[in-house]
Amino acid sequence: MINKVITADEAVAGVKDGMTIMVGGFLGTGSPEILMDALVRKGVKHLTVIANDGGLDQGQYGARTPRGVGKLLEHHMVDHIIASHLGVNPKLNEQFAEGTLTYTLVPQGTLAEKIRAAAYGLGGVLTPTGLGTPMETEKDELGRDKEVIEIDGKRYLLERPLHADYAFCRATIADTFGNFMCAKATKNFNYPMAGAADKVIVATEKLVEVGEVDPDTFAISGVLVDSVVGGEERWQI
Amino acid sequence: MADIKVRIAKRVAKELKDGDVVNLGIGLPTMVSDYLPEGVTVTLHSENGFTGLDAAAEEGKEDVDIINSGGAYVTAVPWVNYFDTATSFGIIRGGHVDATILGAMQVAENGDLANWIIPGKKVAGMGGAMDLVSGAKEVIIAMTHTQKGNHKILEKCTLPLTAEKCVNLIVTEMGVMKVTDEGLVVTELHPDYTKEDIQAATGCKLIFADDLKPMEEE
Repeated sequence: MINKVITADEAVAGVKDGMTIMVGGFLGTGSPEILMDALVRKGVKHLTVIANDGGLDQGQYGARTPRGVGKLLEHHMVDHIIASHLGVNPKLNEQFAEGTLTYTLVPQGTLAEKIRAAAYGLGGVLTPTGLGTPMETEKDELGRDKEVIEIDGKRYLLERPLHADYAFCRATIADTFGNFMCAKATKNFNYPMAGAADKVIVATEKLVEVGEVDPDTFAISGVLVDSVVGGEERWQI
Repeated sequence: MADIKVRIAKRVAKELKDGDVVNLGIGLPTMVSDYLPEGVTVTLHSENGFTGLDAAAEEGKEDVDIINSGGAYVTAVPWVNYFDTATSFGIIRGGHVDATILGAMQVAENGDLANWIIPGKKVAGMGGAMDLVSGAKEVIIAMTHTQKGNHKILEKCTLPLTAEKCVNLIVTEMGVMKVTDEGLVVTELHPDYTKEDIQAATGCKLIFADDLKPMEEE
């Protein structure tokens, strides 16, 4: 199959209450907005979200609507968030205080590697990040104890892979097979998340036919992508 | 207060060498790039995904695909390179960032750092701070010496750590302190203060360098 193009609503049709989803983006930049909109239309609940942060609330950094994960938070669709930073979108702390949302914090570099490990078949990664901090003493996102492993006299934390039911990524250019690239600082988690879920969906600004552009345009192989959705619009401020 | 921040930023800027790759934390540390000595060009690493951060974007001319790690729209230098988060933190963890400059809530005399959480307060998260301070070759703390009169430089941090024994240098409005195996060594003291002043504002025993110098304004 070399044409994986479907609509946003078709792309989220299989998302069920209680599932774990990954969402690309960094404070909204590089987030798949049309897929978030489709999830809101579908109205799924009790999601676990894996993302760098909670996106943006309306009005932040010129955002005319909530952005990225912010759209899911706006509609109280998330029960648990696994992220590195939760201080920007005020909806997060509001919902923590209400008791409707819980969180697991993971250092940003570790979060990327846990996701990459799931995408690329690693049993985990060893990192010095977090030694001597609550990252070493507190349990991980699935309630497991952290393990310290010594290699050649140096201590490392073992961080296990982080896999999801769905990964929602945003591309600047994608072809109908799913090969894609993200411009400038929109790459962030969109690249490591491709391949780290049972279903990987890419929403793209520009959708081209197979063979239409130089293959070197693309950074990520379409073999990691299940479906492609066109119609992502450039963010307006 | 503004002058104190400028003083700290100017002094930290002198630590940087031509060609260094540097990551600047939010707040006071971002001021450091305004005071680089002549002939020193550094490449700023922005952990959300590029090397070659330049300045804040002009209003109306923002490129919505370029933000810094605080979420603000910014510009990039001509030698910029953009990458994903895994690569960005590989560059940090791999020791390819020469220095990271950041603020602190608490620093201990052995170099322990706490700057990401106050239990019971609003949840923010560590973002990239833990990776940065365990991966960068040099960790420089740029901060005011005390917080509303309370000590920030201590024998032991009471807040949860960002990383153990990671700080190399502390620059405050009062002076410059180096973390050594013997303890915290004051290498420069600002002329506005005496040795007694800086010791009284510090929660651990300070060692004064034999060749203690005045902290320069320029």
